Amino acid sequence: MTERSARPELGPPQSPMLEIGASVPRADAWAKVIGAEHYAIDHYPLGLLWAGARRAGLAHARLRGVAIEAARALPGVVAVLTAADVPGTNRQGIVHKDQPVLVEDHVRHWGDPVALVLAEDRETLRRALALVEPDLEPLPGVFDIAAALRPDAPTLHPGGNVLLEAEISTGDTASAWDVCAAIVEGTFDLPFQDHGFLETQNGVAQVEPDGILTLTVSTQAPFRDRFEIAHALGLDPLRIRVISPYLGGAFGGKDGATVQCLLALAALHVGGRPVKMVWEREECMIAGYKRHAARLCYRLGALTNGTLHALDCQLYFDTGAYAHLGGEVMELGLEHAGGPYRIAHTRMRGWAVYTNNPIGGAMRGFGVCQASFGFERMLDRLAAALGRDRLDLRRQNALRRGDRNAAGVTLVHSTGLAACLETLSRHPLWLERDRWPDQAPPLKRRGVGVAAVFNAMGYGRGLPDAAIAKIALTPDGRFRVDSAVSDMGQGNASAFAQIAGQILCQRADAIELVQPDTARALPSGSSSAGRTTYSYGNALVRACEALRAKLLHRASLLLMVDEPSGLALLPGRVRHLPTGRDLPLARLAAMLPETDRVSIEQFVMPVSQEVPDTGKAFVIGFPHVLFAYAAHLAYVEIDTLTGKLEVCRYLAVTDGGRVLNPRNFDQQIQGAVAQGIGYALCEELRLQEGRILNPDFARYLLPTSLDVPDIASLAVATVEDTGPFGMKGIGEVGINGPLPAIASAVEAALGRCPSQSPLEPRRLVAEVAAPSASDDAPR
Amino acid sequence: MKIHLILNGTPREMKVAPDRRVVDLLREDLGLTGVKEGCGSGECGTCTILVDGEARLSCLLLAAQLDGCRLTTIEGLAQDGRLHPVQQAFIDQGAVQCGYCTPGMILAAVDLLNRQPHPTREAIRVALSGNLCRCTGYQMIVDAVETAARRMREGEDA
Repeated sequence: MTERSARPELGPPQSPMLEIGASVPRADAWAKVIGAEHYAIDHYPLGLLWAGARRAGLAHARLRGVAIEAARALPGVVAVLTAADVPGTNRQGIVHKDQPVLVEDHVRHWGDPVALVLAEDRETLRRALALVEPDLEPLPGVFDIAAALRPDAPTLHPGGNVLLEAEISTGDTASAWDVCAAIVEGTFDLPFQDHGFLETQNGVAQVEPDGILTLTVSTQAPFRDRFEIAHALGLDPLRIRVISPYLGGAFGGKDGATVQCLLALAALHVGGRPVKMVWEREECMIAGYKRHAARLCYRLGALTNGTLHALDCQLYFDTGAYAHLGGEVMELGLEHAGGPYRIAHTRMRGWAVYTNNPIGGAMRGFGVCQASFGFERMLDRLAAALGRDRLDLRRQNALRRGDRNAAGVTLVHSTGLAACLETLSRHPLWLERDRWPDQAPPLKRRGVGVAAVFNAMGYGRGLPDAAIAKIALTPDGRFRVDSAVSDMGQGNASAFAQIAGQILCQRADAIELVQPDTARALPSGSSSAGRTTYSYGNALVRACEALRAKLLHRASLLLMVDEPSGLALLPGRVRHLPTGRDLPLARLAAMLPETDRVSIEQFVMPVSQEVPDTGKAFVIGFPHVLFAYAAHLAYVEIDTLTGKLEVCRYLAVTDGGRVLNPRNFDQQIQGAVAQGIGYALCEELRLQEGRILNPDFARYLLPTSLDVPDIASLAVATVEDTGPFGMKGIGEVGINGPLPAIASAVEAALGRCPSQSPLEPRRLVAEVAAPSASDDAPR
Repeated sequence: MKIHLILNGTPREMKVAPDRRVVDLLREDLGLTGVKEGCGSGECGTCTILVDGEARLSCLLLAAQLDGCRLTTIEGLAQDGRLHPVQQAFIDQGAVQCGYCTPGMILAAVDLLNRQPHPTREAIRVALSGNLCRCTGYQMIVDAVETAARRMREGEDA
């Protein structure tokens, strides 16, 4: 039954102890570097059919019918389906069910699907899709926010073009302006941004012999997907199984239905054959969700001593043809509109507006990325108006624990912005900032910029942010974590292994990770909102602690010791320390029934206990109470002839609570900054009456290895008491900094900065050419 | 048509449609799904393979072009159960996040290091500039290629 250990047990040298705080390699790295990891797109079930959607190809139209006979007659075509073939509501949407699986009669954007074709091979599918002919009667469209809000605007949805209008206010802005020593104003425009994940939306679906509809999909929300499909197609959600392998990127773009309902619809029509759907890059751009385009109107006032005093702002978000999470994106934008600062008097109003543009949806930074441009531009202008140092003004007004934020919420949790700004202020890149412009080569101008940003975590009040973790001792004495939140690349699965390894004292090779499968794991929400590792990780901490306690108790029975206090869980075994006797975990497992080897625990994220007397329009989501913070610094160089801007050096200081894995932490920060640099400099969906003019990587430019500098990433030593081992989510905050930091640097270099992003060469050249540039550039 | 090639070290004779895209041939006909596709038009580098040791885009190659060639995909890079130094360095330096660009990125780096054993960081950035990565910001990828270059040189010295 037991054996005495002659020497400390050694694992293979390549299998490290999984300790919190160590940069242990990611659990998924090995399989990914040898090409063995199977993403959803790598599934080719035997006998599969290919599915594809015919897109409308007009941004606003009445659909009078769809001619499908020619496509159906093509040899190799198995079915051509239209809205008439959709059982159920034919409506999808995370909060608002306003998006058809297949359009019935009203086309609202270019990429709206009007028919679904199933074929034996891809070439036939391609030909058949071209033979499907929608009969479209063009309608006048609305293609920007102002047009959508006109009283005589064509309406996209029965309730009009305003999806949601809301206000968050504190104090008394009516009288607050009178005492302000400086008031600055600005209007800012930001374009749609594409996620640019490399694995396009895809999946396979099949009705199994037992009638269960099984999908393997590149998705951020497998559990919610079941309900989306069930609602749209009139099915029983518990007869739907969704499996979510590692994703080839997502960044919010695979949160919500993409291929799911189309695939499910297809699977229902082919008698049990598997169906595969892969959106090509252009389709991915046209039909996929986007970061909302936005217009921000700001007015900010401060007292003589620099104290921020009054804010009035209006934030407009273009949610495109369907709601997706437009209202929630606007909520986050509004809640963050005052920046990470104390402002006594605020009036922040927001609108999420339907247009015939591509669908605005979730994307990393979720409304906050846009607002960050507005409030940080205001801070720079205020610093100039008051003659103050930009960093100093931010430090003076930075939120601290115990403060009320601009939305009126008391910050009772970790609030590390001041520490971030302090760290930045002592960094050589800040201390030596004056040298940078002084050493500019001929025909170049240089500037240094700073930004302070933050990002809420979790779903906010009204929608419990819960996770249920499951861990089991396997028959061979290892531990299996049934992850329930997708890993889209951010590394949460590896963090789960590290948490389990830490609590159970195991090496990496003793922890098996199973990616989300609704038939095995338990509902734990989406992989999003900076809540993935926090929420599931917290549940997993509890599950691991309960399992450890249980195993030690069971071991005490087997080892015939009176109580488990002398027992320690070690790699691969339980040891009775007083006698040195070991019980291998495989033997312990063999003595336990399966139900006794499992531990399941839940966690619900704390919500604000305050009920601010504002933001009433938000049924869910307002307010949040946990935030990550960051201070960013950028060195830029601008070619005065071409307007080309190069980001030469970059520093990001982040408050994400305790760092579980320093390398994986830096991965998130560097990746977010790179995506933010793209947003700042070059990424813009070019639209002409709702049609995307640049739906590919030749014309929609993502930053390459030549466009992103090395990024210094520092973490401040805060601890979030409610987080697993003190951590907070940092997946989002990093993307909010680059645009305002770079804009701040542009203003330092040129004396002004475009109010429209991205900060493209043509816009910068115009600023260079404008009179009175660089006279009073901030230092 | 019939083509002869050496695929991951093994001579193969295959009957293929001459206009079949190599990425489809590899992924769908041969099950080498380590070869990824990201754009289908030669802009992202995700589908990079080595043809006679040089990095090429398999979404822009047709099967007929492979006749007589030596092909290496990510599946064929490790030798005798040991990872290629670039693969090992990608793990060690944190160059892998979602991992979708990883096979193409690794093969592009292998091509570089075969040509240029002492690349500067700038040279690495230039060599990888045809391979998009949306997760990492490239820094740890550049770190990994630098590390691999050093280890490969040290391996040769040893």
